[in-house]
Parts: sequence; structure tokens; C-alpha cells
Amino acid sequence: MKKILLFCCFWLFSWLSIAQETFPVNGSHDERPQFFAFTNANIVVKAGEVIQNGTLLVHGQRIAALGKNQTIPKGYVTVDLQGKFIYPSFIDAFSEYGQPKESRSSSGQQGFGGRREQVFESTKKGPYGWNEAIRPETAAKKTFTVDQKQSEELKKIGFGAVQSIVRDGIARGSSVVATLADTRDNEVIILPEAGAHYSFSKGSAQTSYPSSLMGSIALLRQTYYDSEWYEKKQDEYNISLEAFGKLQSLPQFFEVDDMLDILRADKIAKEFGKSYIIKTGGNEYQRIEDIKVTNASLIVPLNFPKAYDVEDPADARNVTLAQLKHWEMAPANPALLQKAGIQFAISPVGLDNLRDFWGNLHLALDNGLSQEHALRALTEIPAEMLGVSDKLGTLEKGKLANFIITSDTLFKEGTVIHENWVQGKKFVATKSSAQDITGEYATQLPNIGRAKLLIQDKRGKLEVLLKVGGDTTDIKVASSRSGDLMSFSFNPKGQQGSTRISGYIAGGDPLALKGEVVQPDGTSSAWTAIYTAAYVSKEPNRQRQSKKTVAEGRVTYPFVAYGNAQLPVVETTLIKNATVWTNEAQGILEGVDVLLANGKIKAVGKGLSAAGATVIDGTGKHVTPGIIDEHSHIAITRGVNEGSHSVTAEVRIGDVVNSEDINIYRQLAGGVTASHLLHGSANSIGGQSQLIKLRWGHKPEGLKFGNNDGFIKFALGENVKQSNWGNAGGVRFPQTRMGVEQVFVDAFTRAKEYKSRMAANDPTLRRDLTLDALVEILDEKRFITCHSYVQSEINMLMHVGDSMGFKVNTFTHILEGYKMADEMARRKIAGASFADWWAYKMEVQEAIPYNAYLMHKQHVLTAINSDDAEMARRLNQEAAKAVKYGGVSEEDALKMVTLNTAKILHVDDRVGSLAPGKDADVVIWSDKPLSIYAKAEKTFVDGVKYWDIEEDANKQRALIAEKARLIRKSLEAKSKGGTTQRPVAQPNMEYHCDTIGEIGEFESMD
Amino acid sequence: MKTIKYMLSAITLLLVMDVAEAQPTIYPAKAQEKPIAITGATIHVGNGDVIEQGTLLFDQGKITYVGGNTTIPDGTEIVDAQGKHLYPGFIAPNTNLGLVEISSVRATVDFGEVGENNAHVRALIAYNTDSKVINTLRSNGILLAQITPQDGLVSGQSSIVQLDAWNWEDAAYKIDEGIHINWPTVRFGRFGGGGGGTNPNAQKERVEQEIAELENYLMEAKAYAELGSNRTTNARFEAFRAVFSGKRKVYVHANKATDIIASIYALKRLGINPVLVGGTEAHLVTDVLTDNRVSVIINQSHALPSGTDVDVYLPYKQAKLLTDAGILVAYSIDGFWQQRNLPFMAGTAAAYGLDKEQALATITSNTAKILGIDDKTGTLEVGKDANLFISHGDALDMLGNTVERAFIQGRGIDLNDLHKQLFERYEYKYGLSEGK
Repeated sequence: MKKILLFCCFWLFSWLSIAQETFPVNGSHDERPQFFAFTNANIVVKAGEVIQNGTLLVHGQRIAALGKNQTIPKGYVTVDLQGKFIYPSFIDAFSEYGQPKESRSSSGQQGFGGRREQVFESTKKGPYGWNEAIRPETAAKKTFTVDQKQSEELKKIGFGAVQSIVRDGIARGSSVVATLADTRDNEVIILPEAGAHYSFSKGSAQTSYPSSLMGSIALLRQTYYDSEWYEKKQDEYNISLEAFGKLQSLPQFFEVDDMLDILRADKIAKEFGKSYIIKTGGNEYQRIEDIKVTNASLIVPLNFPKAYDVEDPADARNVTLAQLKHWEMAPANPALLQKAGIQFAISPVGLDNLRDFWGNLHLALDNGLSQEHALRALTEIPAEMLGVSDKLGTLEKGKLANFIITSDTLFKEGTVIHENWVQGKKFVATKSSAQDITGEYATQLPNIGRAKLLIQDKRGKLEVLLKVGGDTTDIKVASSRSGDLMSFSFNPKGQQGSTRISGYIAGGDPLALKGEVVQPDGTSSAWTAIYTAAYVSKEPNRQRQSKKTVAEGRVTYPFVAYGNAQLPVVETTLIKNATVWTNEAQGILEGVDVLLANGKIKAVGKGLSAAGATVIDGTGKHVTPGIIDEHSHIAITRGVNEGSHSVTAEVRIGDVVNSEDINIYRQLAGGVTASHLLHGSANSIGGQSQLIKLRWGHKPEGLKFGNNDGFIKFALGENVKQSNWGNAGGVRFPQTRMGVEQVFVDAFTRAKEYKSRMAANDPTLRRDLTLDALVEILDEKRFITCHSYVQSEINMLMHVGDSMGFKVNTFTHILEGYKMADEMARRKIAGASFADWWAYKMEVQEAIPYNAYLMHKQHVLTAINSDDAEMARRLNQEAAKAVKYGGVSEEDALKMVTLNTAKILHVDDRVGSLAPGKDADVVIWSDKPLSIYAKAEKTFVDGVKYWDIEEDANKQRALIAEKARLIRKSLEAKSKGGTTQRPVAQPNMEYHCDTIGEIGEFESMD
Repeated sequence: MKTIKYMLSAITLLLVMDVAEAQPTIYPAKAQEKPIAITGATIHVGNGDVIEQGTLLFDQGKITYVGGNTTIPDGTEIVDAQGKHLYPGFIAPNTNLGLVEISSVRATVDFGEVGENNAHVRALIAYNTDSKVINTLRSNGILLAQITPQDGLVSGQSSIVQLDAWNWEDAAYKIDEGIHINWPTVRFGRFGGGGGGTNPNAQKERVEQEIAELENYLMEAKAYAELGSNRTTNARFEAFRAVFSGKRKVYVHANKATDIIASIYALKRLGINPVLVGGTEAHLVTDVLTDNRVSVIINQSHALPSGTDVDVYLPYKQAKLLTDAGILVAYSIDGFWQQRNLPFMAGTAAAYGLDKEQALATITSNTAKILGIDDKTGTLEVGKDANLFISHGDALDMLGNTVERAFIQGRGIDLNDLHKQLFERYEYKYGLSEGK
């Protein structure tokens, strides 16, 4: 039976090995038997399994047999590998190989000038989906074509197969797995639909939406729902949705460039029961534990940054600690992933130059990646990910003959890849001449006499030196070799012009080189050199050794200056004898104690004690609840506005919280403990907001306040109607305040209809995440904070709310709140205002600093907000302006940035005052908290001390020392000839209400 | 607390009722008619001295006495400032006040002329004394300002004005006193704009070229100034003539340490001793500043650190670092309406190390010295203009800054402003005041 099967296999192979039968041939057919035997080889079947002194038989494009005592049937071309090594060739699981290189201009609002005219629908003709970034109909197999130049570059470094991807859009369609053989397209494709691909980047899509990361996430989420809906009920034909559904049975791949995006992709995966294989950015080590928990397999690049050129201290100031640390630690990323037990493949994706691949791989090995794991990550693991383990990844009978022949063990320093066989076709990766001529030779030269010729081979290139008599320095010899022929030329000391030799391998034992030598004057004579000894380099591997940079630094959380190597923990803390601003009925208490335990406020009173508590002398100090910023845009990744459409209730700031933002730390230093992260104000109905606590170092999910009511941003006025957009505005509805009203009326009319269809269990109902959010508002499960300035529009929205059946929770900014305070109070709508901003645009011409006082006086629940990363760290001073302008009491003014904000955000049961049982979000101030002279000395969140003015001084010293160490190391790297990059100062990137696009081309016009 | 509030309301009411109700009827004050004595105040002289229970006399616009109790001449109006604080008028340098009314409305924006070199343009003549912003600044103690053009490599000429005038001519305190140069620097256009984009080498090349062009230009300007009679008249070179004769200052705007060094030495080669404006990294090059006796107008302390690794409080501490190095320091703020927060920049400097009176000097006497008007103002000393105000409390702190009376050149100015008027209007609406 077995034999029959075997025979069948052979027969099948034979059939497969012949060229495409469907293609015509010009002239006579040239089919060959294609039997090859590789003998005397160390065959590495896969990591950890070696056949020493084995034989590998290849027939056609497959491995016919392999083994130690493999007999070689007749008719095989035998290649004696003389102890060389055979490995499976590598598989790049993330490549654009063979795909056309279109210059995909990024589009929408990401282009120069940012503020383009908006494009609402796909510009692609045909029955496709509405958004060009969703292009699941893309099939890489249709655009794939063999690229000889590219394939050679990849084969040179050991690759034999790739997953070829069209890397454009959010849903990118299907990929293809192909070998790197240089034959007809039809023959190299081994899996025409390998995987379905996704990313957060819209790529070349012309549609304006999405213009932010959160928009990309929302769009993908909606597409999953649309796909489900489409499969159930087809009122329309939609190529994109149909394709999207079909792709779900394939392995799902997701490309990201940052470790936080891995967590974001994973969140979507879990939401829709998917399992993504994630192509990463190379900084996974920065949050490796969190990534481990996702259980995702990864495709990891070796895109290690170049060392920074820090020779000039002025340049060095432009390098951040995080950049230097990443430079040091990036090469340890693969090792740390291995240590964490995360399944990953290695890919050359993202390298500026493929020639850096091996250098970087060695760096990764130097930093602790095991050789066995490296091999698996380049062969078996990608084969498994791509579902081609039956064809690729190991050297087994019946698999494709994709293997490399190396001079020594693969990862040894100086090992050369001689050949890379792909689908049974030979590719010479490094010209290794049939005969090794390295060694020391004795020769006789005219005018010089006896000399020693030293020939060595450096990665396939000859390096030749001439040693003459007693001279201490060797003469460099220029050389070239072509098969049996070679030429040398050199310039001995004191000689004008070069002496040239044209030689050939004459053979014999010892080996002789013969030929003619021509002197500068043209005199020619015969030349001979006789092999005397093997050449031993005096500096074995010194160059590589010196380049070895092993990471010594530690990961900090977050991975930025002032991060902690270990997250601070909750302590029992007793603050003694302070002035305590309770924000409770007892008001301001002098000389009392505050006890924090288990993350809560345990007690406020005189003479408290607690065993094991850290005691802080509060004499002369003031203790207040932590400051809460009602309007913040810190800690947000890639875009605060999804301003492309007028209604984007589906986007969620909660999807894009950025735990690595230095502003978290800076604001802790200003006594802030919680921030309400809002969508911007570029559209009437913006995105869902996210309340966070400033738990410095925690991952994005860990920053979320937890168990609180959701909010959503609305906006009115100039930003919404694009008044300050110059000539680019003028297209999107609304362009007037009249239109703004109708946007709300329309949105809520649709939401109400949607809600009643939902209630009626309408089976044809398409789940619409935009309307879901609006229904939540109608159901009082989500609450509105509305950016607003002038009284007319404030009045308008209150009336729309009255008639449509929703309530506005908060008017934010609301600089003319003082004009409508009575109406707001009547409806119990809160106001969160700037303290004293005005004059920056038309709609703030009547903004007055007495606003907070007047609203407060009319019993509007009033808060002071920042909308600004700088101002947020002085919100106590901004509150003091309510004392200055109008005369709010200091106690009530403090509440405007603490308790009132907590009430506005519906979290006053947890924070905002110093009542026992509430969260221990507490600040110790050096002075009266509203005074300009007050400094936040210690800031606690959930009883954990995240800011301490004294510890900060230590951190600064440690930062300077750590940076100095890294700079020394960078200088060392440069002096040893490493390539470097010039540091560039990065501008502070702070978001404001109307920052458009992912990276904010425009300055604020809040 | 309540009493204070009622008092404040009462004061506001008085002021409001004293004058008519609209901004256009907040008249510039008439010349001082009789001597005025302010008694019982804590006098912050501005030069570091504090006089408790002091008396200050001024007549015909000039300060005639500062000290303890003294005999007050007959016919003197006595202002009892018991328990209150008396300050020199604050000076806001480097502001576009009066050159812009609404930032987003282009028609109201007059601070940046087109082109790279506008040495000849003069901010003074565009200064709008009727700007609604001006009075809101006076209400916080800012009585003088340096009206300054922006943009380009050479933005033009600034003038110093006092903030109570019918027109720019009346307002002028020191005319065309300085030329402003924006030292070429690395700029970030986030999409490759801004000249050189994110490519550091291209940026460097552009900066080098701009500096070379600027230096060449200034050398030509210097030669032009030495040329007695010119065959051709060049308005831009003419503007520099006063610089080379020592009658006009050069304010060089630079922030990075390397830019500061380069600008100071380049100008020094031309015989110019500039004032540094901006100076984000000035604390890194204090030796250069002291060696060349360069004073610094630093930008607002209410700013974020320039990078992630920088001390989170550095902008607050910078004035102290420079002062300790022996450098004369003044504060400025970006913009126009924002100037009303100038006192709080000084307050923050005091919170982070500077002595309170030293902090006060950063918005009074130091500023006057740097701008070259210290012969007339900046301190409360005999012979100087009576530019001063009474604050209910510590004017560097939001909790204390309540300006009750203010005088410019001895003239008691109207402290009403648009914001107080709108306040009153809505107090009336809500029955908190009785209206007119």
C-alpha cells in the first residue's frame, strides 16, 4: 500500500514538475528531468532536528527524499556539499513582494493642508461599499506578478516564500502565498487566498471618513455588523460586503505599528469572536504582559532604530529618553517575546534596506533570542500561520524544495548563504567559487622579491594583502575573481603606478596560482604563487563583537520619561494635622487628619491613627480632593476629531486612550486625578468620551475610570459650521447655525425610528452604531456634554432637546452661559466654562470671566475646564479666577474643579469630596489650594501615590544619569562605525477641540 | 468672604454708575488736576523694596514723594489705601495688543506684514486705542505695553504705549524703539512644510542659508548707515540706521540654545547688543548671556515643558534660574487678551523660587530697564511718571488681584471695561443689581 502511495506521489510530483501545460511554447519544448542529490550535507530538517552527513534528493519542485544513508538513484545530478549545511528557506509572512508599487498618496484629511473638501462616498465606480478604506474585494492574487529584482534581494538573505499583501486600507482583502521562484506567475502561487488583512490605516482611500484612529476602529466595527446584516438580508448588492463575509473563513491578519494598537486590535477581535495574527511595530516589549494576555500570534519586524548621532550636545537635547531607550531595547524585543512565551514569526517588513536583515537578526540573537527560536520564527511558525505547513517550513519529503545551503551553522558569525533553492530551482545567493583559494601563498615579484600573498574570503568577497619582507604594514591588494580567473593590483611603497597581476588557478597540491605580472612601466613577466598555509585572520570577528549592543536598561511604565520600572502600589496613608477642604457639609477643617486605606478615604478627623500607615506631616499643608477636568484632550492616540461627518456618535475615545502620554504625569503634578477625555468639536454630534483616572503607568484599559455613565460630545457654532476653515469649508452641511439645528433634529428623528424598529424586533434592522449611541441618549444611558458659545445656539439645543425628548447634561466652554443661566438652571443643565478666555474668535466676543460666577449664582452646577494640556495643570488657579471675577467663595470655587465636576460626570458617589468611603483621590498642597503659590506636593489616585514633588527630583536625577549612559553607548556605537541618525526635536503635540486629522495640522481655535 | 464679595460688587457698581454704560463712553482720563496722596498702603516699589504703611504723592503726572508718613500739602486729594497694596503699573512687552481684535477674523489682524524683511514697518500706527481688549488689561494692573509686530525674519518696529489714550499719537510712550528679528530656526511643518520639513539636514541647510543672508543683509545695513549721503534711499536700511547709532534696540527672538548663541554672536560682530525674546532654553546658556550682558524677555511661564524629559516645572522655574545667574529678566505673554494674566506669570515665578519682589520686577522695573524706559517708569520713585495702581490684595495672585484705582501719568483712569459692563447687564437681568 505504502509503495503504491509512494509511487502515486512520485507520479504526481513528476506531473507537477513540468511547466504549465496550458501555455504555448515558441520552438522546441525544453522539459528536463530535474533530479538533484545533495550529499555530505548537515541537513537541518527543522529547528532541533539535524541529519548529519546526510543526503537530500530533489525531484522537480519537491523534496523527493532525505536521510543519512539515502541511496542516490541513477540519473541524479550530484552535488557534494562537503559538510555544508542545508536549512529550510525562510518565509516572510508579511510582504508586499510582487505587488505593484503604486504611489499611494495618503488622502482625506491626512494630506497637506489637512482641510480638504470633504468626500462623503466612495469615488470608486461600481457596486462597492460606501467607504474606500473598506476594500475586502481586493485580491492580491489578481495583482501579483513575479519581480525578479525583488525576489533576488529576498533570496539573497535566505527567504524562499512570502505572503504577498496589498497593504492599503482598513479591510485589505485577501493575500496570496507565493514562492520567490523566478518563473511564471502561475507556478509560484501556492495559496491564492491565504489570509484576510486589516489595519487601522485608511491608506489611499479618498473618502474623508475616517480621519482618526477612533474613526478607523468604528468603521471596522460597523463593517463587521454590516457584514452580518448583509448575510441575512440583501436589499442591495454590495461587492465589498459580500467579499468581507467570504473572507472570514481565512486566517485573519492585522497590521499595526505600535504596541497599544495590538491591544486595540485585540479588543475588536474579542468583540467579534475573531483571532488576529498581528503584524507589529517592534515595541511590544514595552507592554509585553498585556500583549501576552491577548494570546495573539505576532509577526515581528526587525526594524531596529539606528543609533542617534549625539556628538553635539545640542543635538543630543533633541533626543528623548524614550527614543534612546527604544534604540537600546528594540533588539531585545524578539528575545523578550520569546521569554514571555508569545508565538511569533520574524519578518524583514519595515526594514529600509534588506541588507540590514542579517545584522539586525544577529543583534536580536546577541540580546538573547535563541537560535532555535529564530529559525522557527523564520520557517515553521510563518508556515503554520499561513496554513502552508504541508508545503513549507521544514525539510520533509513531499514538501517544496525550498532550502538554503550555508557555509556553516546558520547563525554563526561569518556564515555565508551560498545557494537558495526555491521550488527546486537554484539561486546563487553568494558566489562561492568552486575552488576555495583562501590561504597564504609564497610568491616572487619583480622589484620586490619574496613576498607573502594573503587571500581571505569575507562574505563572498576576496580580501587580499601583500606582506613584503620585514615590512610591518601590509600592502592592500585590489582583487577580483571570476571562476578560475583572477586579477590583483597593488601599489608598493615608493613606487609610481600600480603593479598588476592577471592570474588563474593552476591547480596542483599545494595549490598554485599562475599568470603574468605587469609593472607600471609595462614590463611583463611570468608569475607564480604557491599555497603555504591556511590564512588565519589576526582579528577574529572583532568587528562584530564590538557592534554587540546588549540592552541593559529596564522597561518603564509608561515607556517615556518619568515612567516607573514598577507600578506604584496602594498604601495606607495617614496625613496628620492639615487644613482639609472636605467639600462636605463640614467645610474646611483646620488641624485634622486624613486616613487613606485600601484605595479609599477611610476617615477624616482629629487624632486618627492606623497601624502600618505611612504618616505624612500635614502641618501647614492643605488637603483637597483631586482635581477633575471636565474637558480634556490629553492621552489620546492619533486624532481627537472624527470631523469628517456631521454625526459621528459611533466613534469612541475609549478605543484610543494613550497610556504613554507625558501629560498624565504633568497633570498629576498639578493635582489632577481624573480627566474627561472628549472628542473634538469639529462636528455637531461628535464621539463618545472617556473618563480616565491618571493612574500613571497603567495600560489604557487600566486608566479608565470604571463603572461610570458614558458621555458624548456635541458641538455648536463656528467649529461645527467650519467658519474658520478658509476656502476649504463650504461643503459639509451645516454651514450655518440654522443648519446645526436640523442636524440634531434629523439625527434624533432617525434615532427614534430606529428605536421603535428595535422595540418591534424588526428582523431587517441593520445595527447602526451611530444610532445606537443616540438611542442611549434617549434612554438616558448616555449623556451629552455640548461645546457651545453663544446664547442663541444654547437656547436652540435646549429646545431641540425638549421637543425630541433628550436632555443636555452639560454645556462645555459655554462662554455665554451667563446669558442663559436661568434657562439652564430650570432644566438642570450644568455649565463647564473656561475661566477667562475670549477674543480668539467671533463667537467669543462677549465671553466674560464673570461667567462662572453668574452661572453659579443662578444655581447652575458650574465647573471650570481646561481643554488644554497646559492649563489643566493649573486648574486650581483657573478656579481662583471665579473668586477674582465676581467673588465666588474659595470653597465653592474649588468645588468648580472637583465636586461639581464629579456631579456633572455622575461620579460624585466615588470622587469629588473627602467623604469616608470615597476613592482616595487626594492632593496635598503646599499652600491654600487656589493660591498662585500653591504647589501640588503629593497626588494620590485610588490611594496610590502617583506624584510626589520630592520623588520627582530623584526621578530627574535618575533620568539624567540614564540618559548619560545611553548617550555614552550611542557615541560608542558611532565610533565603532555604526550608522546613525540625526536627532530631530519633536514638537509638543497637544490636541485641542478643533485639532483636525490624526496629527493635527491646525492650531487651536477652541 | 461674603463681605468681600459685597464690597466688590459695590465697587463695581460704583464704577459702573459713575460712568455711562457703553464701552465707547469709557473716556481717556484728563490730565492730573491736583496733587494726589495715597496713604496707608503697602508700597511695592518695584526695585525690590517694600514700604509698609507708606505714603506716595504725585503731582502733574510725576511722583513727588515715596516713603513713610509725611506732611501732605493742602489741596491734595487723599486716597486711603489702608491694608491695600500699591504697585507700579505693569508693563506687557512683546504683545500684539491693539494690532488684532479677533484672532480668527483676518480683517482684524494687523501684526504680520507679508515678506521676510519688514524692518521699516511700524506697529505704532496700527495700534488701535479703541480695542475693547485694552481696558480689560488695565483692570488687572497692566498700564503699559510694547506693541510689537510679528512674522518674517525682520518683523518691523515696536513702540511702547500707555493704555489710556484717544489715539496712537496720544498713546505713544516711546516711539519705534526697537526692531524685531526672528532668528532662523528649525521649524516643523508636520507635512514637510515649514521649509525642510522633518529632514534634519535640509532644515540645517535652510537655517544656515537664512542666517548667512540675514548677516549679509545686516552688514549692508551697517555700511549703508555709515554712508553719509545716500544716492538711493532704502527704507529698510534706513530703519537700521538708528540701530547702528545706538538709538534703536534690536530684539532678537530665539528659543533654542544654539539659536541663542548664534544670534548673540552674529549681532555682536555687527556691534549690536540685542535683547533676547523667547529664550525657552536660555537657562542652558547663561554664560553666553552674562558674558555679553544680554537681557531676556522670557515667554509666559504658564507653558508646557519643551519636551518629555524636561522637568515638568521648568517653565515655572526658569525666571529664577536666569535671575540667579545675574541676568535681567522680564516676562511676556503670547497674544493680546492674554496679557491680563501677566501678573500671574510673575506670581508663578514667585511660587517656584523667585523672591516675591524680584518676581514683581519681572513685570515692572526689569521690563522698564530692558525696554529703555526706566528713566520714566517701572518703579515707584520720585521723578518718575505716576503709573501705578492700588490692588485690594497681592496683585500677583488671582486671589488678591483686584485693581481698585489706577493712574497713568497721574491721570486717574476709568477701570470699567466691556466685561464689567456685560457682567452688570446680566446682574441686572438676574436681579442682582438694580441697573441704571
